[in-house]
Amino acid sequence: MNNDTLIPYIGVVTDIRQDTPDVKTFRVVSPNGGKVFEHMPGQCAMLSIPGVGEGMFSITSSPTNKEFMEFSIKKCGCLTSWLHAMEVGQQITIRGPYGNHFPVETDLKGKDLLFIAGGIGLAPLRSVINYVRDNRANYGDVQIVYGSRSKDDLVDYKEIIDEWMADDGIEVNLTIDNPQEGWDGHVGFVPNYVKELDPSISKTVLICGPPIMIKFTLAGLKELGFTETQVYTTMELRMKCAVGKCGRCNIGNKYVCKDGPVFRFDQLGELPDEY
Amino acid sequence: MLKISKDKLNDLFDLIAQKQTLYIPADRNDGESEYKKYESGMTLSNNLNTVRSAKDFFFPQTENLVDFKMEGKNIEVIDIRQESEDFVVFGVRACDARSFTILDKVFLVEPVDSYYKTRRDHGTIVTMACTRPAETCFCGLFGIDATAPEGDAACFSDGESYFFKANNERGQAFIDSISSLLEEGDTAKLDEVQNKTKEILGKLPLSGLSTDSFGGDKLKEYFNSDKWAELSEACLGCGTCTFVCPTCQCYDIKDFNTGHGIKRFRCWDSCMYSDFTKMAHGNPRLTQLERFRQRFMHKLVYFPANNNGEFGCVGCGRCLSKCPISMNIVKVMKALEVK
Repeated sequence: MNNDTLIPYIGVVTDIRQDTPDVKTFRVVSPNGGKVFEHMPGQCAMLSIPGVGEGMFSITSSPTNKEFMEFSIKKCGCLTSWLHAMEVGQQITIRGPYGNHFPVETDLKGKDLLFIAGGIGLAPLRSVINYVRDNRANYGDVQIVYGSRSKDDLVDYKEIIDEWMADDGIEVNLTIDNPQEGWDGHVGFVPNYVKELDPSISKTVLICGPPIMIKFTLAGLKELGFTETQVYTTMELRMKCAVGKCGRCNIGNKYVCKDGPVFRFDQLGELPDEY
Repeated sequence: MLKISKDKLNDLFDLIAQKQTLYIPADRNDGESEYKKYESGMTLSNNLNTVRSAKDFFFPQTENLVDFKMEGKNIEVIDIRQESEDFVVFGVRACDARSFTILDKVFLVEPVDSYYKTRRDHGTIVTMACTRPAETCFCGLFGIDATAPEGDAACFSDGESYFFKANNERGQAFIDSISSLLEEGDTAKLDEVQNKTKEILGKLPLSGLSTDSFGGDKLKEYFNSDKWAELSEACLGCGTCTFVCPTCQCYDIKDFNTGHGIKRFRCWDSCMYSDFTKMAHGNPRLTQLERFRQRFMHKLVYFPANNNGEFGCVGCGRCLSKCPISMNIVKVMKALEVK
């Protein structure tokens, strides 16, 4: 019988990083070393602990990383609590890659890019950001606006400070919701910060974060003159099969697992508001 | 046309069952019928259709997908799949036969579902033409001819004999395998029965339905319709419609710890259930109205949008007779349709 996508591979967790009080980043490799499979920025994988559950997570590492995949996971349910309790060396099951990806080799090529993320929403965008950094000549200006509840809730803070901010060709704008001791950066919500920064409307926008942040940021972008055709986002809905058959992530005639998770806002506008 | 007389039908069943597992609709104690594995002496049901559809043969209510063994930090993945054995399903009605081609459009598109495919590859469907359609029948609405059912081979009764016709190579192989019991027969009486059935089909209470108002381009028109509130008001969210429906194919995947290992299985699920879309961070379909709308929009708009206009319904009428509050797709179509 041919392979069936529902039968997973084994992955080994080789590193666990406590990113924030409720987010950990897990490094996963094949038992024989190397990546379990290749992917494109924005694609996802189904991770599982048999007997506990299986869930879809965005692959936060860039495809340009040839050694391992990474997943930044917020502790918020049964499976994620189990994943957070794991120790290095634990095996998990993994299948994928699933879904479409950000059009890094087509529509985004040569464009000035504006990344806007809130909280754990940085996870899928980090894959694109590092892909762009590793293929820098193919893209124009890169600006990153990232906000979280507090400094401690900024995912990948070390990488942002040590690598992204040290990168000449990238402008990084961080913000936190409320003033905090030891923070001399911007304070305020992401949607307002984006408006204050008044980015050039020639930029192509990639946005991910809590639905409420996306809603107000998009409204702000429109006020600035951006159109829906230049803004991309990535979605999440409950999924079981990950290949458009189990019916769970169906919105209109789309399945988020296979037709998404990446959508342009004009495409989302064609779908019922059920996400 | 090749035929077998009615009193020899069980000889035919015995012959088929010698080589392959055979399933036929048989009566239950409550007067309803269901598909049962044929055993010598079992009688073919006279009922129009089975309570549950024939989708179980290819997409069973529950099935194991893969096993896991957990040891310390290690996991072993055990592929438990096996090629299906050859089997024959006899007596499938035209509506259910069409449902397989609809399910194929879900399970056989890439990436192919190997669990479904192996059963499709090994199952022979022998359909039975209808002679006494019920008032809940509306297969004609979807271009299905109850007197000329699809399937690998079709069987037709004139009351005295059963006639056989192959619809494809597999059906021809089936007829060849039973040819020792068949004889050439005159179809004059069968033609008469067929014409009479066609007359009844034209006079069925639901024969006037139209799909003109529905299709893949109708999302905007119906999604925000104020009719959904009234239509869904009494819905219990029991999922009976989904489970008896031959085309509903949503499923869940869960793990079961046997004490000796983990079995990952899938089972039918229903978009009518409140936890179908529930996530750690919330639920995009919080109300029964939204869940009810999803089921009918999927059959009448979303499925056609992705499948060249084909609807996700075959008009079998099971939801009409089984819904505890007497809600069904026909009422939904009548309420929504633009005249």
